[in-house]
Amino acid sequence: MGSSLARAMLGDGHEVSCLDEDPESHARLEIELDGAWEDSGGHFTVGTALEIEALEAAGIDRADVFVASTDGDNTNIVIAQIAKNRFSVPTVIARVLDPYRAAWYERQGMHTICPTRVAIDMLESEVRLAAARAKGEPPRVGAVDHEDDEG
Amino acid sequence: MAERMYIMIVGAGKVGWNLARELLDKGHEVTLIEKDRDRYATVEQELEHSVQYGDASELWILERAGISRADMVIAVTGDDEDNMLICQVAKEKYLVDRIIARVNNPRNKPHFELLEIRPLVSATDLILRLIEHEVPEYGLVHLLDLPEQRLEIIEMMLPEDSKAAGQRVGDLEMPDGTLLISVLRERTGFVPNADTVLEPGDEILAVLDPSVEEDLTRYFGPVDAAPA
Repeated sequence: MGSSLARAMLGDGHEVSCLDEDPESHARLEIELDGAWEDSGGHFTVGTALEIEALEAAGIDRADVFVASTDGDNTNIVIAQIAKNRFSVPTVIARVLDPYRAAWYERQGMHTICPTRVAIDMLESEVRLAAARAKGEPPRVGAVDHEDDEG
Repeated sequence: MAERMYIMIVGAGKVGWNLARELLDKGHEVTLIEKDRDRYATVEQELEHSVQYGDASELWILERAGISRADMVIAVTGDDEDNMLICQVAKEKYLVDRIIARVNNPRNKPHFELLEIRPLVSATDLILRLIEHEVPEYGLVHLLDLPEQRLEIIEMMLPEDSKAAGQRVGDLEMPDGTLLISVLRERTGFVPNADTVLEPGDEILAVLDPSVEEDLTRYFGPVDAAPA
């Protein structure tokens, strides 16, 4: 997820810096890229996001946007708060798979993206559409209710 | 027994399991939550209904275990992010009065502090502190820290060339916010009076405001140290 986003943002002409604990993940950044990631203007730092030195080496001090998209919800929630409260990054986004946790932190003012929520919403509308079609009823559009289905 | 509490412990490792057992023995109501199925099965043989299976960073697991009526939540998993998150939601979402978090990697301590999670327990810190205590040359030893009250008690050995050596306690001009409370000399401790003369090799105990710790170290430090 992170690498695709990074390539897209680099393609839009932004300066992009990636931090990953696995040095091998650098190769993923160069998929479908003509030449090396660095030659295209990208940065790559090896380290974990809880290491302040690693965040600083990756240039968090001058970031306009910080995206926490590791494969751990709790890690993302914690580093998003570090980016926001310690480094005052203007826009901070955290990937949180668990819809319940995402909803609560969203209410606390954290900007979260919940891929599970997106998938649930899409599946719901598909299934409702199919159900309506089977009954011969006109399809209901935009009938997804977010209020009472978290978790 | 003191007030009976409902205590939730997250993480049934050695720390969590033993803690749960001790607290149950003391008559408290305890729920221990463990996310590893095998570990859960092992612990369940002894603690039975007091242990629940699940990942406590999923909020419904905490709710099922009755977090809203918990008097205390203790997060002692081997994962610092999990401990941080569990304590944060316990405190801020479920308004649990008392939380205790374990810090596995001492370098993560500032993150716990940033999220205002305290008190913290770190085995590494405890052992480091013991090392400092056993090897006084290491510098200043913290005997007690009360960060919220802005007080600490420290122990410090006066070096051979200490500026304070040979001085009467009554003549000392210690930094504001510090108080000399006792002197350890030749394995005995005593409370000094104004006529006590400090000697090199004395270990002094002082109570102070943490912000003047460096001033105090410098005051009792060697003569050639940078002037205050």
